[in-house]
Amino acid sequence: MLERPPLTVALIGNPNTGKSTLFTALAGVRQRVGNYPGVTVEKKVGSMRLGERRCELVDLPGTYSLAPRSPDEMVAVDVLLSRRGDVAGVDAVISIVDATNLERNLYLVGQVLEMGLPTIVALNMVDLARARGLTIDVERLREQLGVPVVELQANRGVGVNDLKRVLAESVDAPAARNRVSPFPEAFQRETEHVQTLWSRSDAKSENGREPLPRYLAERLLLDTSGYLQNTLTSQAADARAGEELLAARKRLAEAGCAVPAVEAQCRYRWVAEVLDGVVTRPSQRVEIVGDRVDRLLTHKVWGTLVFALLMLLVFSSVFIFADPLMGMIDEAIGALGGVAEAALPPGPVESLVVDGVIGGVGSVLIFLPQILFLFFFLAVLEDCGYMARAAYLMDKLMVRVGLSGKSFIPLLSSFACAIPGVMATRVIENRRDRLTTILVAPLMSCSARLPVYAILIGAFIPATTMLEFIPLQGLTLFSMYLLGMVTAAVVALVLKRTLLRGPTPPFVMELPNYKWPSPRMVLYRMGERGWAFVRRAGTLILAVSILVWAASSYPHNAAEVDERLEPRREALETQLAELDVSSPQREGVEEQLVEVENEIAAVYQRESILGHMGRAIEPVVRPLGWDWRIGCAVIASFPAREVVMGALGVIYNLGGDLDVGAASDQDRLGARMRAAEWDDTGEPVYNVPVALSIMVFFALCAQCAATLVIIRRETNSWRWPVFTFVYMTTLAYGAALVTYQVGMQFF
Amino acid sequence: MCSNQLNLLAELPVGSRGRVRSIVGDDELSVRLLEMGLTPGVEVAVVGTAPLGDPLELELRGYRLSLRRSEAARVELEPSE
Repeated sequence: MLERPPLTVALIGNPNTGKSTLFTALAGVRQRVGNYPGVTVEKKVGSMRLGERRCELVDLPGTYSLAPRSPDEMVAVDVLLSRRGDVAGVDAVISIVDATNLERNLYLVGQVLEMGLPTIVALNMVDLARARGLTIDVERLREQLGVPVVELQANRGVGVNDLKRVLAESVDAPAARNRVSPFPEAFQRETEHVQTLWSRSDAKSENGREPLPRYLAERLLLDTSGYLQNTLTSQAADARAGEELLAARKRLAEAGCAVPAVEAQCRYRWVAEVLDGVVTRPSQRVEIVGDRVDRLLTHKVWGTLVFALLMLLVFSSVFIFADPLMGMIDEAIGALGGVAEAALPPGPVESLVVDGVIGGVGSVLIFLPQILFLFFFLAVLEDCGYMARAAYLMDKLMVRVGLSGKSFIPLLSSFACAIPGVMATRVIENRRDRLTTILVAPLMSCSARLPVYAILIGAFIPATTMLEFIPLQGLTLFSMYLLGMVTAAVVALVLKRTLLRGPTPPFVMELPNYKWPSPRMVLYRMGERGWAFVRRAGTLILAVSILVWAASSYPHNAAEVDERLEPRREALETQLAELDVSSPQREGVEEQLVEVENEIAAVYQRESILGHMGRAIEPVVRPLGWDWRIGCAVIASFPAREVVMGALGVIYNLGGDLDVGAASDQDRLGARMRAAEWDDTGEPVYNVPVALSIMVFFALCAQCAATLVIIRRETNSWRWPVFTFVYMTTLAYGAALVTYQVGMQFF
Repeated sequence: MCSNQLNLLAELPVGSRGRVRSIVGDDELSVRLLEMGLTPGVEVAVVGTAPLGDPLELELRGYRLSLRRSEAARVELEPSE
């Protein structure tokens, strides 16, 4: 039997209507996630079967209205009107609505219906509506709307099969399309006028486009921002068309249909007509548990307290639960390295696999548990409706740095790891606010900075108290976190006044009903984002790790090793082989052998490309109080910050297997650093200002390839990760310079 | 209170209600307010404010909406009786 061509079905709805849950219920885990070219909108396509036919399901971004004022908002309209080359023509639309809030949800349905596509209204959360005491006459709603309506509880999978059946029926027998426009006659006349004007100019264009769809003609009349006019004019329209548009708007204003207010008035009038006799509300709003919860959670005192406690809980559990897993991953990576070491003959291939690939990728993979836990909590907060409350609670605070409350949770997440933070910015609709949040998120002191701070503070900041009660070490650690936050606030303010300047975006936001998060949805979202991280970051980190490995391993022909160290190593090995297994001398010889091997590694590193690079940049880093060794370690830590300590371990002859998480190894590295001397003068390299300048540098720098790749993915352009790297490195250098130079006045 | 005095939504005390008369302006914000259902004639109640005094939590058309005071200042209410 010949299979008919696949269908394309678009899924659209307001935010918080359970759209993603329905998408997952329909398409399962077979989803393809990408970006639409040139915009930051995520393109999510899944596939399902409708009886015998294959069907592509396109998830459109959640929106309250199809009134595009930016390229991002234009995507949904273009998909529905089959104006995008990268999405097949849409055969049907599922418009999901929140049954507890039909009035506002039908606004969007009205716009979708005007597109003239076969449409099915999915009435979601009917259980919640019942709990609120609402009675919905579904049969009557179906009649008034003139399209199929299916009751749904997407989070429990109830009604999903009905929806598929109705969908299959309606694509086979498209509904009648002579829909009554909600607009008054004067407006319809002007719409036709605009349509002919724009179509005439369109017909002149070489690609012979179809006449302007009626919906876009309406939008041209209604969009006073000029965005749509510009977008469509670029397809060739004469100058007269623009003037005509203004004249048409003026005529409309005189006829009492002032643009843009006329749309909302007409559509809500239409909604009222549709809902007449459909929804019966109890005379008093029925209190449900969610209302009482909301009163508590948005209460002046309790709400703030609960919020603080909740955030504390999220963070402590991220660290507490993730810690054992991170230990396990660390051990597994070590074991894997051991297996590879045993299986491969000693030489460059072994070194590449063990140190380059396994070691490099492992240094980033180790953060996966933390990232996954954060994704988990973010998904729970999002799914239960608390995310909007958090934005509501924190808005006034964030307005002071030029952002909105919606930026709070993404920035807070960045204290654990910037990657979930950057991904969580998807809740921010405004492009400029979202970009600003993404660009400052990596300034929050993430957990990868903690080992750097811990070792340097442990080694160089005296464990004394200031003013009798403030521990100096704790104060230093706190200052590093504060430095990140203050810098982020300043950078956000500067960005919002220069590069990303624009009118303050509306905060206007729905506070959705609370509901129990759907475990399936939460796990799915966690898995999806975790996988996106591994896939996107994994490949680049692999490449960068190999590069850094190669730079630190080649050239591999240090004369000093061959002449002095290699014979010693061989002598020690022979000595060890001759000693009896139980001999008490054995331990001493073994220690000497390790010491010599570490020294060999250190010499190789010094003579490697990385070593040469370190020395080449020494004049640049010397004003920061750094010698070439620190410069080397900083270059080597480009893929991931915490690698800097391992790199220093190699440089100071401690070997690369240093466990920077273990207190004993931290002490060993600290001791080596305190003993390090300048090559030329023999003065100690490290003192308090140097330690502080390294910490300040790492507090502000963008030494994290994974974050940069995720910024690339979220902004859909290399421009912003490059910008992030440049501005953060410049800031880090400047701040480290000031720290050292000022510090030296006191020490 | 003077019977023909225009009230702004931003000035409505917590716990009270009003009826929308019009939205000031025709920029993105006013379109957004209209789309969210703040159309002339609609009844709106101020349910509460965030701990720092801003934004406001409103109830209209059977759902909860959050607006900053500066945004609520764009919503003119029918004169109170």
